[in-house]
Amino acid sequence: MAFFRVEKLVKTFGGLTAVNGVSFDVEQGQIFGLIGPNGSGKTTLFNMISGVYTPTSGKVLYKDREIQGMKPHKICKLGIGRTFQVVKPLGRMTVRDNVIAASFSRVNSMGEARDNAMEILDFCGLTPVKATLAKSLPIAGRKRLEIARALATRPDLLLLDETAAGLNPTELLSAMNLIRRIRENGTTVIIIEHIMHVIMTISDRIHAINFGTTIAEGTPKEVAANQAVIEAYLGTDYA
Amino acid sequence: MKAAGSKMKKNLFPLLLLAGLALLPLVLESNYFLHLMILFLLWVVIGSSWNLLAGFTGQVSFGHAAFFGVGAYTAGLLFHHLQISPWWGMALGGVFAFLVGLPFGAICFPLRGAYFALASLALGEGIRHIATIAESFTGGMVGIMIMPTFVSKVPYYYITLFLASLSVLSIQLIMRSKPGYYFISIREDQDAAASLGVNTTLYKNVSLAISAFWTGMAGALYMNYMGFIDPHVVFSLHDYSVMAILVAIVGGVGTVYGPTVGAFIMVAFQELFRTGFFGLFAFLGKATGVAAVTALGDAVKKAHVLGFGILVIVVILYLPNGVVGDWEKIKRNVFRIHPAK
Amino acid sequence: MDVFLQTLVAGFLKGGLYALIGIGMTLIMGVMGIINLAHGQLMMLAMYVTFVLNTMGVDPYVSLFVAMPLLFLLGVTIQKFLLNPLIRVETILPENQVLMTVGIGMVLTEIVRFAFKSDYKYVTTEYSNRTFSLGNISFSVPLTIAFGIALLFTLAMFWFLLKTDLGRSIRATAQDKDAATLMGVNTGRITVITFGIGSALVAAAGCLLAPVYYIFPDIGGPFTSKAFIITILGGLGSTVGAIFGGVTLGLAESMGATYFGMEYEDIVGLTIFILVLLFLPGGFKRLTKV
Repeated sequence: MAFFRVEKLVKTFGGLTAVNGVSFDVEQGQIFGLIGPNGSGKTTLFNMISGVYTPTSGKVLYKDREIQGMKPHKICKLGIGRTFQVVKPLGRMTVRDNVIAASFSRVNSMGEARDNAMEILDFCGLTPVKATLAKSLPIAGRKRLEIARALATRPDLLLLDETAAGLNPTELLSAMNLIRRIRENGTTVIIIEHIMHVIMTISDRIHAINFGTTIAEGTPKEVAANQAVIEAYLGTDYA
Repeated sequence: MKAAGSKMKKNLFPLLLLAGLALLPLVLESNYFLHLMILFLLWVVIGSSWNLLAGFTGQVSFGHAAFFGVGAYTAGLLFHHLQISPWWGMALGGVFAFLVGLPFGAICFPLRGAYFALASLALGEGIRHIATIAESFTGGMVGIMIMPTFVSKVPYYYITLFLASLSVLSIQLIMRSKPGYYFISIREDQDAAASLGVNTTLYKNVSLAISAFWTGMAGALYMNYMGFIDPHVVFSLHDYSVMAILVAIVGGVGTVYGPTVGAFIMVAFQELFRTGFFGLFAFLGKATGVAAVTALGDAVKKAHVLGFGILVIVVILYLPNGVVGDWEKIKRNVFRIHPAK
Repeated sequence: MDVFLQTLVAGFLKGGLYALIGIGMTLIMGVMGIINLAHGQLMMLAMYVTFVLNTMGVDPYVSLFVAMPLLFLLGVTIQKFLLNPLIRVETILPENQVLMTVGIGMVLTEIVRFAFKSDYKYVTTEYSNRTFSLGNISFSVPLTIAFGIALLFTLAMFWFLLKTDLGRSIRATAQDKDAATLMGVNTGRITVITFGIGSALVAAAGCLLAPVYYIFPDIGGPFTSKAFIITILGGLGSTVGAIFGGVTLGLAESMGATYFGMEYEDIVGLTIFILVLLFLPGGFKRLTKV
C-alpha cells in the first residue's frame, strides 16, 4: 500500500479543465518532484490535496484513507502540511507568533506551543528574526517562514510550492539543505519547483505534467531525457 | 531583564487603574460622576466585545446593537412576564445574545468577503423591527419599565466595574492562548490559517459567541440600571452598533485596552461638550459679559454628538490605529518623545 | 384586484426613486469597492436644501438644480480629503474607508440636527397631495413626476457610462483598478468624480422625495439601509442590478404595507435582503450577468 497516492484526479473550472486525470504514488521518505510549465495544473493539484478545492472526480489517498473533499484544517490535522506559492504570512504577527499559531494544531497549551515553535524556528534558522513582524521579512525569509509554519503542524507529508523561486544562489543552497534535513527527520516531501537544477538534484522521483495531464514519471535522469518533457519546456522546435 | 521589567509595567498599569476605579466611589460622592463612570464602564464592555470580533478576528460587525438589545430585553421580559428578578436576566441576557449570534454566524461565516458585515447590519435592524412589531410580547414602542433595585448608584457602579474588568480580563486571557492566536490568524489570512489547522468557521463563531455574550450582559445590565428600554433605545443602529465601532476605532482596533481608552474618550468628550466644558463657557460669558461667549457655550452643548463624530473622522485620518495602536506615533509627534537610541 | 394594482403602482413609483438611490450607491461601490454608509445622510442633506429653498418659495423640482451641484461638490470633497488619503494608510481593518463613511454620516446628521433641531419639517407644495386616476387606480402626482425624473436620470446615467470617455473610465476603474491605472486612467480622479456623481444622484432622489415625505435629521440612517439593501439585491457594483433592486424593494415594501400592515413595510425589505444573501449571494447580477 502506498503512503500517499492520487488517483485519476480531475478538476474543472467552468469549461476549463485544469487537471485531467493525474495519478501518482509517493512512498514514505521520498522527495517527490512535481514539474510542468506555468499553468500546467501543479498548484491546482496541491490545492486539491490540501483541501482548498474539492476534486471534480478522482481520489486522494493518504495512509489508506480517502481524503479528497475534506476541509483544509482537517487535512492539516491528518498530517499534511503545505506552503503557498504566493506566500501568505500572517503579516501583523511576529515570526514567532506565526509559528506558535501553527503549533496549536498539535498542542493546546501556550507553553508547549512556544517550545515547539522555538525548536522549529531554530531548525529553520529563523531564530534571529523571531521578533520581526512577518510582513517586514524579505522574500527569502517569508519563504522560509512558510516552511517553518508548515513544519510546526508536525506533518508527515509536506507540500512545498515553489519555495525556491526568487531566492539568490546562496539562499537556494540553504533552502535545498533545509529540505534535505526535513526529509532526514522523516517527513515525506512533494515539491513543485521551476528551477530545474534544484528539483533535479533534490528529488528521488519526478512527475511531469503539462496541460493537466501526466507526460512522464521516473528518476530525475529519466525525466530529464524524456522527449515529451523537453518539448513541453522548450517547445517542439528544440526537441 | 529589561523585557521582564517592561512586562511587569505593562501588567501593573491596568491593575493600578482597576484599584483606582474600585476606590473611586469612596472619594467621589457625586451621582452625576458615578453615572458617567457607569456609562464609561458599560462602553468598555461593548467596545471590547466588538473589538474581539472585529479587531482581533477581522469580522466587522455593524449589528452589535442586536446583541445588546437582546440582552436588555431578556432581562426586561423575564421581569415583565414572569416577575423574575432582572438580575437573573443578566446571566441569561448574555446567553440569549449568544443564542442569537449562533445561527447568525452559522449562516454568515462560511461566506467570504463582506457578507458578515452586510448581514450583521440587517440582523440588527431586523431584530429592532421585530421588537417593535411584537407588541404583545415586547410592549412594542411603549417599551418596558422596571423599578431599579438600588436607589444608590454605588452598587451599580461596582457591578458594572466587575463586568467590565471581567470582560477585558477574559479577552486578554483569550488573546494569550490558542483561540487568540487563531483569531488573529483568521484576520491576517484565512487561507493560511486553514492550512495551519485552524477551523476558520468554528473559530469565527467562537469569537462571535464570546463577543455576543459580553454585549448581551452589558445590555441586561443597562436594563437593570436604567429601568427603561424600548426598541429604539437598545437596538439603535447609531447609538449602539455604530458607537461600538467608533469607541474601538478611537481607542485602537485590535488592542486589548484600546476600547477602554476609546470608551473613556467618548464619554468624556460627549460630556465635555454637553456641559459646555463643565460650565467654562457660561463662566467666561458671565465673567467677561460678552454674550457671544455664552451663546458659543450653548452651541457647544448642543453639539456633543457632533464633537465626537468629528473626533472620529480626525482619528481615522491621523491615527488610523487609534490612540493605543498609534501611541508611539503620538509620543513622537505630540509629546516630542523620541525613543532612546 | 384594484387594491393589488394600486399597491403595484405605488410600489413601482417608489421603486423608481429607490433605483436612483441605489445607482448612486452602486457606482461608488463599484469604483471604490466600499459601501458608502453615509449615502442616506447625503440624501437627507439634499432634503434639507430643498426645505430651505422651499421656505424661500423655490419649487422642489427647481431646487434639484441647486441641491445636485452642491452635493456633487460635497461628495468630491469627501472623497478627495477624507477617503482617498486612507488608501495609502495601512491599518488593522481594511474597512477603514467604510468606517470613515460611518463617521461622516454621523457628522452630517449632527450638523443638520444642530442647525434645524430634531423636529419634523415638511415641504408643502400645492401638488403634494394631488392625485390623478387611470381607471380605478390613482397616481400620486409628485411620485409620478419623481418617477419620470428618476427614469430620466437613470437613462442619462446609462448614456454617460456607455458613451462618454469619462463614463468608460469609470467603468474601467470599476472592473479593474490596477489595469485601468496602467491604461492611463487617473483612478484617483475617477473615484473623486464618482463619489460626486453618486452624491448628486442621491441628492436628486432627496429633492424628489421631499414633497411627499417628512424631513428630520435621522432620516438618513434608514435610507442608508435601504440603499444598502438595494445594492445587495442588485449585486454589488451592478448598475442594472440596482434598478432591479430598487424596484423590487419598492414593490416589496408596498406589498408588505398593504397586505401585512404599515409596520411591516421595513421588515419585508429586510426579509428579502436576508433571503437574497442566503440563496442568491451576488444578487440579481448573478441572474442577469450584467
